[in-house]
Amino acid sequence: MRKLALSDEILLTIEKPARYIGNEVNAVMKDKNAVDVSFVMCFPDVYEIGMSHLGIQILYDMFNRREDVYCDRVYSPWTDLDKIMREKDIPLFAVESQEPVKSFDFLGITIQYEMCYTNILQILDLSKIPLLSKDRTEEDPFVIGGGPCTYNPEPIADFFDLFYIGEGETQYYALIDLYKEHKKSGGCRKEFLEKAAELPGIYVPSFYETEYNEDGTIRRFYKTNPHAKDTIVKELVMDMTDTYYPEKPVVPYIKATQDRVVLEIQRGCIRGCRFCQAGMIYRPVRERKLEMLKERARTMLKNTGHEEISLSSLSSSDYSELKELVTFLIDEFKDQKINISLPSLRIDAFSLDVMSKVQDIRKSSLTFAPEAGSQRLRDVINKGLTEEVILNGAGMAFEGGWNRVKLYFMLGLPTETEEDIKGIAELSDKIARRYYEIPKDQRNGKVQIVASSSFFVPKPFTPFQWAKMCTKEEFLDRARIVNHACREQLNHKSIKYNWHEADVTVLEGVLARGDRRIAPVILKAYEKGCLYDAWSETFHNDLWMEAFEECSVDIAFYNNRERDVDEILPWDFIDTGVTKEFLKREWKNAKEEKVTPNCRQRCSGCGVMRFEGGICIENKN
Amino acid sequence: MKIRIKFRKYGVLKFIGHLDVMRYFQKALRRAEVDISFSGGFSPHPIMSFAAPLGVGLTSDGEYLDIEVNSTDSSKEMVKRLNAVMVEGMEIISYRKLPDKMKSAMSQVAAADYLLSFREGYEPQNWSEWVEAWERFLAQPSMVVWKKTKKSEQEVDIRPMVYQIGLNGQTIAMRVATGSAQNLKPEFLMEAFYQFAGMEWSSFTFQVHRVETYMEGEDGFVSLEEAGTVIEMD
Ligand code: SF4
Repeated sequence: MRKLALSDEILLTIEKPARYIGNEVNAVMKDKNAVDVSFVMCFPDVYEIGMSHLGIQILYDMFNRREDVYCDRVYSPWTDLDKIMREKDIPLFAVESQEPVKSFDFLGITIQYEMCYTNILQILDLSKIPLLSKDRTEEDPFVIGGGPCTYNPEPIADFFDLFYIGEGETQYYALIDLYKEHKKSGGCRKEFLEKAAELPGIYVPSFYETEYNEDGTIRRFYKTNPHAKDTIVKELVMDMTDTYYPEKPVVPYIKATQDRVVLEIQRGCIRGCRFCQAGMIYRPVRERKLEMLKERARTMLKNTGHEEISLSSLSSSDYSELKELVTFLIDEFKDQKINISLPSLRIDAFSLDVMSKVQDIRKSSLTFAPEAGSQRLRDVINKGLTEEVILNGAGMAFEGGWNRVKLYFMLGLPTETEEDIKGIAELSDKIARRYYEIPKDQRNGKVQIVASSSFFVPKPFTPFQWAKMCTKEEFLDRARIVNHACREQLNHKSIKYNWHEADVTVLEGVLARGDRRIAPVILKAYEKGCLYDAWSETFHNDLWMEAFEECSVDIAFYNNRERDVDEILPWDFIDTGVTKEFLKREWKNAKEEKVTPNCRQRCSGCGVMRFEGGICIENKN
Repeated sequence: MKIRIKFRKYGVLKFIGHLDVMRYFQKALRRAEVDISFSGGFSPHPIMSFAAPLGVGLTSDGEYLDIEVNSTDSSKEMVKRLNAVMVEGMEIISYRKLPDKMKSAMSQVAAADYLLSFREGYEPQNWSEWVEAWERFLAQPSMVVWKKTKKSEQEVDIRPMVYQIGLNGQTIAMRVATGSAQNLKPEFLMEAFYQFAGMEWSSFTFQVHRVETYMEGEDGFVSLEEAGTVIEMD
């Protein structure tokens, strides 16, 4: 029988012991000592969140297909276990093998959001791996980071030995082969890093240095090792059909956030919303073939026993064979009582028809993401959703029996005026009015409109990367304007307005937009006890502010000034394929309120055509 | 058609609570392509019910689950199919057809056998003293203890709920009342004993293992499995 790293006493004392015992359905479980390369994949948040992440499932499956590799998993211990592990000096272990994380060759950490940065330090700390890359020895695993946050890896560069920039499917096998060879020939840590630095997509932060100007901006970012590359071009999969995709994803015992089969139908997005980082860094759009998706839907449902399947992509409505796919799913799985969940669908006649087949209309709600309250501002952000389209869609849905609407907005967008802000309330009211146009005897009680706003962070590699971000006070003032305006509307009783925490957004801004001088702040915040910052009950803004203070790092420098388009940005050395010229052009178009067509309408020459795939090629044919 | 499934739960699966075991079986039945019947309504769920929920930390050789199916293969084949989709720590022992009018496993449960062994570090320091106290404890005509219910706390005599009890080396074997009418948890009995003997109690003292779950038979208890018949097919 498997021996667990934690005693019965501990496991029966903490919340949800199933987080730490592994042995899940479809877990691979190899003998770690019988393989050449051992890799432990980490999602630095609690198990239920980590287990829901598709990227890890893809890489886990891909790694374990190789007989010479064992890929195990680890997640952040929740605060209850964290405390016990520190008290009893128990080293962090991987869930399947139950062996210390430190005993693996690689620790791969996927970095999906900035608010997990202190959790990364927790993982290293509990594993007894030195927090700073420079302090690690031959005894330590190589710590490699991947995921969207690595498009600006600089604030966390000191904590990692390597970063993998881009999609994991393409270079990991090469990296593993390199390591295998290295292990055989018995070179030192630095020698391996030098070889790895030559692989496409691999960034070894210790081989670079930054010089700063007196005003704090970057003067020069340069490599200090001849093996390093000047720019790191992101890696991406060009053939999305003939590639790795799990047939037997791991199924946890406890309910994960994604308790369903996830079918990623495409990567990238044609839309080009100017605030959206994913829409830029995952260019170009690459679809998976319908036949593959059908086949995977069948095998994954069979192998997991999940009772639900969900389509995943940035904008599912843009998938060219959506109708065929959805019809197939309904026809094939309806009798097996499989729920079909279709997030991110545009509301139109087709989607309403599908939704009425797969959900209970009385319980479901319509979702729109206008992102901005006025047409003017929607043009600035290039969100091609007009008021007319929203009202038509809502009208159609109301006539079909729906009476709940969710609206998503952002506050603090570039060029935003009071009028734009009030537009959020006005649009909500117009939707309510549209509902009450339906004769009383034909409508389904009252309409409920929930408008939510998040605060905008100008992210790297978007046309807004140079923009000034609002301060906490400015954010909250704007939210108050919306709240007030909602109360002045005719249908104010039908409108509920929610807004997010501003403290977290401010911090997200610095962590997303910062440079290497942010690392000491993260370290200090962690030392002060910050952990699970993404969870409101464990987020301590005061500790973070103390950390900034003590490290003499000025938040305003990173967040609250518009950056000059010629300023060297911390992430400039990464090449996502989208050119800086394109981003500059789009920044200008935004200020001029000019809309840019989507990739399917017309190519606007963003630069990723050089990868020679996806929509860029389809357009030409 | 009603089916009764008997299974074992062992190893690390003891850390999986009852609700998660239910979720586990919902998915496992799908993986094994069992032709299960669903409830009606907009969010249909498979028709299944468990006999007596097993607490977190306990292992068992005698767990039961009743399901309803539209069609089935032979018992032998179904056991094989289900075991092919189990994880280590879950094993299907039998799959039997129940008479149509059979009451649910949950309402049939009347008793269960348990084995309790000391967890490492919790063994008594003086075994003969322990045994001597144990014998005095069991010799009492009644064992009145305070039992907390949802609403109040009340004095109950738990002696009648202990049907059989004995020692086998340092392992305690017992048959106690289980189910909705009367229910005695083995740990509860042991805690009462430790209090009686003036010994320090910890809820970790024993690893508790359920051996079998019973219903009332014509003369005495019979295992829940007995209510079903093996499905043969050729
Ligand atoms: S090159 Fe053109 S088609 Fe390709 S992603 Fe960029 S804008 Fe779209």
